[in-house]
Amino acid sequence: MEHIRTPKVEQVRLLQRRAGQRKPLLGTLYLSATHTIFVENHPETRRETWVLHSMVSGLERPPGGPTGSQLVLRCKDFRVFHLLFPLERDCVEVHASLTRLSRPESYSELYCLSINPNTNQEEREKSWSLVLPSQDYQRMGLPNNLWVATAANSEYKMCDSYPAQLFVSRWASPAVLMGSSRFRSRGRLPVLSYFHQDTLAAVCRCSQPLSGFSGRSEEDEQMVTAVMKANPGSDFIYVVDTRPRLNAMANRAAGKGYESEDHYGNIKLHFSGIDNIHVMRSSQQRILDVGEQRTPSMSDFLLGLENSGWLKHIKAVLDAGVFIAKAIADEGVSVLVHCSDGWDRTAQACSVASVLLEPYYRTMKGLMVLIEKDWVSFGHKFSHRYGHLDGDPREVSPVLDQFLEVLWQLAQQFPCAFQFNERFLLDLRTLAYSCQDGTFLGNSEKERRSLRLQERSFSVWSRLWRDREKYWNPLYRAEQSQTQGVLRPNTTPYCFKMWKGLYSPAETPAPPAQTPVDFLSSVREGSQQLEQQLANQQEVAAGGPAPLGSRQGIQHTKTRPLYLKPRLHPDRYFDSQRVLN
Amino acid sequence: MEFAELIKTPRVDGVVLHRPFMPTVEGTLCLTGHHLILSSRQDNTEELWLLHSNIDSIEKRFLGSLGTIIVKCKDLRMIQLDIPGMEECLNIGSSIEALSTLDSVSLMYPYFYRPMFEVIEDGWNSFLPEDAFKDLEAMTDEWRLSEVNRDFRVCTTYPPLVAVPRDVDDDTLRKAAGFRHGGRFPVLSYYHKKNGMVMMRSGQPLTGTNGRRCKEDERLINATLRPGKRGYVIDTRTISVAQQAKARGGGFETEANYPQWRRIHKAIERSNVLQDSLVKLVEACNDQSHSMDRWLSKLEASNWQTHVKEILTTACLAAQCIDREGASVLVHGTEGTDSTLQVTSLAQIILDPACRTIQGFQGLVEREWLQAGHPFAQRCSMSAYSNSKPRHEAPGFLLFLDCVWQVLRQFPCSFQFTEQLLVLLFEHAYASQFGTFLGNSAAERVRLSLPEKTVSLWSWVNRPQEIDHLSNPLYEPNSLVIWPSVAPQSLLLWEGVFLRWNRSPRCQEEAHEEMVHIIEYNKELQNKVNSLRRQLAQLETQEPPLQTP
Repeated sequence: MEHIRTPKVEQVRLLQRRAGQRKPLLGTLYLSATHTIFVENHPETRRETWVLHSMVSGLERPPGGPTGSQLVLRCKDFRVFHLLFPLERDCVEVHASLTRLSRPESYSELYCLSINPNTNQEEREKSWSLVLPSQDYQRMGLPNNLWVATAANSEYKMCDSYPAQLFVSRWASPAVLMGSSRFRSRGRLPVLSYFHQDTLAAVCRCSQPLSGFSGRSEEDEQMVTAVMKANPGSDFIYVVDTRPRLNAMANRAAGKGYESEDHYGNIKLHFSGIDNIHVMRSSQQRILDVGEQRTPSMSDFLLGLENSGWLKHIKAVLDAGVFIAKAIADEGVSVLVHCSDGWDRTAQACSVASVLLEPYYRTMKGLMVLIEKDWVSFGHKFSHRYGHLDGDPREVSPVLDQFLEVLWQLAQQFPCAFQFNERFLLDLRTLAYSCQDGTFLGNSEKERRSLRLQERSFSVWSRLWRDREKYWNPLYRAEQSQTQGVLRPNTTPYCFKMWKGLYSPAETPAPPAQTPVDFLSSVREGSQQLEQQLANQQEVAAGGPAPLGSRQGIQHTKTRPLYLKPRLHPDRYFDSQRVLN
Repeated sequence: MEFAELIKTPRVDGVVLHRPFMPTVEGTLCLTGHHLILSSRQDNTEELWLLHSNIDSIEKRFLGSLGTIIVKCKDLRMIQLDIPGMEECLNIGSSIEALSTLDSVSLMYPYFYRPMFEVIEDGWNSFLPEDAFKDLEAMTDEWRLSEVNRDFRVCTTYPPLVAVPRDVDDDTLRKAAGFRHGGRFPVLSYYHKKNGMVMMRSGQPLTGTNGRRCKEDERLINATLRPGKRGYVIDTRTISVAQQAKARGGGFETEANYPQWRRIHKAIERSNVLQDSLVKLVEACNDQSHSMDRWLSKLEASNWQTHVKEILTTACLAAQCIDREGASVLVHGTEGTDSTLQVTSLAQIILDPACRTIQGFQGLVEREWLQAGHPFAQRCSMSAYSNSKPRHEAPGFLLFLDCVWQVLRQFPCSFQFTEQLLVLLFEHAYASQFGTFLGNSAAERVRLSLPEKTVSLWSWVNRPQEIDHLSNPLYEPNSLVIWPSVAPQSLLLWEGVFLRWNRSPRCQEEAHEEMVHIIEYNKELQNKVNSLRRQLAQLETQEPPLQTP
């Protein structure tokens, strides 16, 4: 609290243009340890706006006018708040306080660790057991006679950014694992990410080899052969280097690089051409600027979109996933994926491929477990990438944003394939940036464990799961062709659109515009209520003409009328996914 | 002339048909007077029946003795026919070219087509001006139906009956017609029930360089204003284009002569520019090898989306003047048969919920396009693939449909019809078995005896099974004005037309089926709950029934 100089300012005006708001609201601004809170004066509505300090990405003080001093609050979810203070002094103080509050220097200042975790211990423990990578390995039928668990990293000694639980080829001895790990950037040796039960092919991940121009490692070559051997159906594997070829080559000068097809006899090398985090960061800033243009012409908009390069990058990420998915599903060939460190582009490519290959990952629970496994446990640096603490701005990059956007683009092509809707993706993104829960805090499993997060905070997944009704895609239907099997998206450039919900939400038509998802969701809700009524009435009718009141409390004889379609029952939606198969 | 003279080779065996996203079919190719038919003569494969009039252009290629004809259709589809034998291929090619470019209207298929369905309601009588006027009469007595244009004596592109202010006599109309391009004097396009404001349309005033004026024209449009009120003239041209028009005898309403009117100029492009855009857009959509950058820059360079934005913006402006400003509006460009109609018809989509129903939308197309004299025959004789130099061709109607689609997409619950109706109208405007879109005006349709000799598209659309097929499951009638967003971020490429043949329709169809299913299921439950409720109510009022053994 020592950073808050002025906890309350009255007669402040707040304007949020991006939400389509035209006139500012008049109200009172409060600063708390965790939030900036604005309460509208209007006695009837008294609308409240809460902004978590960790969501603030930028503060500006444009020159004030005769009506007061301005403060512009930019958020990581791209909301922009214009605040107008009657007194300059208040503006200066709030600015100073927020500057400090929005840049926490240690994890303990974050919201997720500021709550008292012991008030609801049981619930907290439950929240951490909702989504576990181990459940997913089990679902894939692992361990089996091809892939086995290894304890080599149980103390994070072999690789401090990998999880303790790793699955590796049965043909890889402990010595090979160690040797391979030593030959890979940051010790990130080839391990299993996804096992495709139909073809027995696997998606594996690692970081770049420390090969330089001619370096070799016998163990690493054996490791790659072991990956190949774990797929009885094929005598080679694809190595997908997700970087542009030039970047990969440039890395050789620094003693890193990529696998030479001469040294690794059984590989085919493929470059995906996904650009690095710095290119992506500035590209996102440009598409954001496009979305925020006030009254652009159609040409301004389309050229801006082109110049941002954003859709090109989204296409590259999807193309990488499509290449991997095709290799696995169509050719039955295993794929080893890496980039430089293997925690950004590799996470993107592996998880996009998994979503294309596996219907389970298109459900809410499935996507949660996929992110928990491919991103959280495999050391995607959430705290660096999404700027949880005051740190190097060059570490920040919208890597997860791109994965979520690929899902959104896919949902445009396959409207019935995903159990979740756009809001789920948007909220998931916001939660990754806001770090309101322990799940995304830190940069590796090791770090999270040493912070004892499970004892000090809640898991993000229980929050999302609690609100699952809100995230349901009414068009999702497990038995439809696009839900089943492999998704084969069209990746011609014209299939990609700007994600308006994220980059330009203000430009929505006036009421009575309603999205089909919202409309259908409310119809579906109505249907559920009707089903309930119908069940009650039939109960009464079945008992004969007795008045309603006297029949209450009598047991149902029919639990569910025959014609009710099971997929319209909420309990069935979420728990009957093809968990074990 | 006999069709047989044009058909050099009536049939070829062993032809292979390639269509996007469909299995190839091998079979016999037949040419008839109006169709290209490919049939595998097996029960389970679909036959291809293609109207010659739907063919925009063809391309011939040879590889040894195997010839290939790429048929490019006006609905933007492309199909490939592999024809064994060079001579056969050449013959088929030249026959198609001849048959798809027949000059004489009376040789067109609609004159030969006999419906295979029962005509419940003759579409030629479904949307008569006198019927539309009855609706107007119910709302106001300020307007009358004038017969001044009987036998098309005053204006060749207007229908015989037009709605005009009650207090203006036919003589005034005749004089005003002389002062307007093509005799298109200001007539009623739309009456806004909520506040009694109106939208009128006309051709440009013929002021010329020396500033001619016409008291009757002034009186005519001033008669639509309430005392002390001002109106808006929306000129769809930029001020400089309107200025240039003076040199050719045209012009615009000056402040001096029309002091009660405020003029606003917009910039909707003219025919040849639009045609050029269409060609560029379709070319960009069909090249799948583009990088993202190239695709976006080609999309931008086509300017198509710019036209969509400009037209919708102008329509919103007209609607705004009427609904928000409470002012009457007169819309015109040069002739008043293209951009004018885009604006007046779209403004009605925004303002009038009735235009968002299946019947209402047909009525709108009939009133604001067919009766209003949009020269369909001239505008739609070529589409995006034609090799000939365009003369009067322009996709003005397609742009209108595109704009409607944009509004529909933004308000998915406010329209009784789906995108399918818009696609259907696009197809039939360019090639059809029905006579609806033949000819350039009401006068021509009478001269061609279309109502007597051809079937109306509306006769077919308004059958229950077709209505069912075109119905939007999400439709919830509302009486509101719908204000679309015209920001570029909100306007998308109309995939249903421009990418229709470049992607598999399956996933979108499944989504549609699922929507229908969710809504139907809800209705079914509602009915069950209601009927159970009734039963219960009955049971409670009745004596206990006898126990059945």
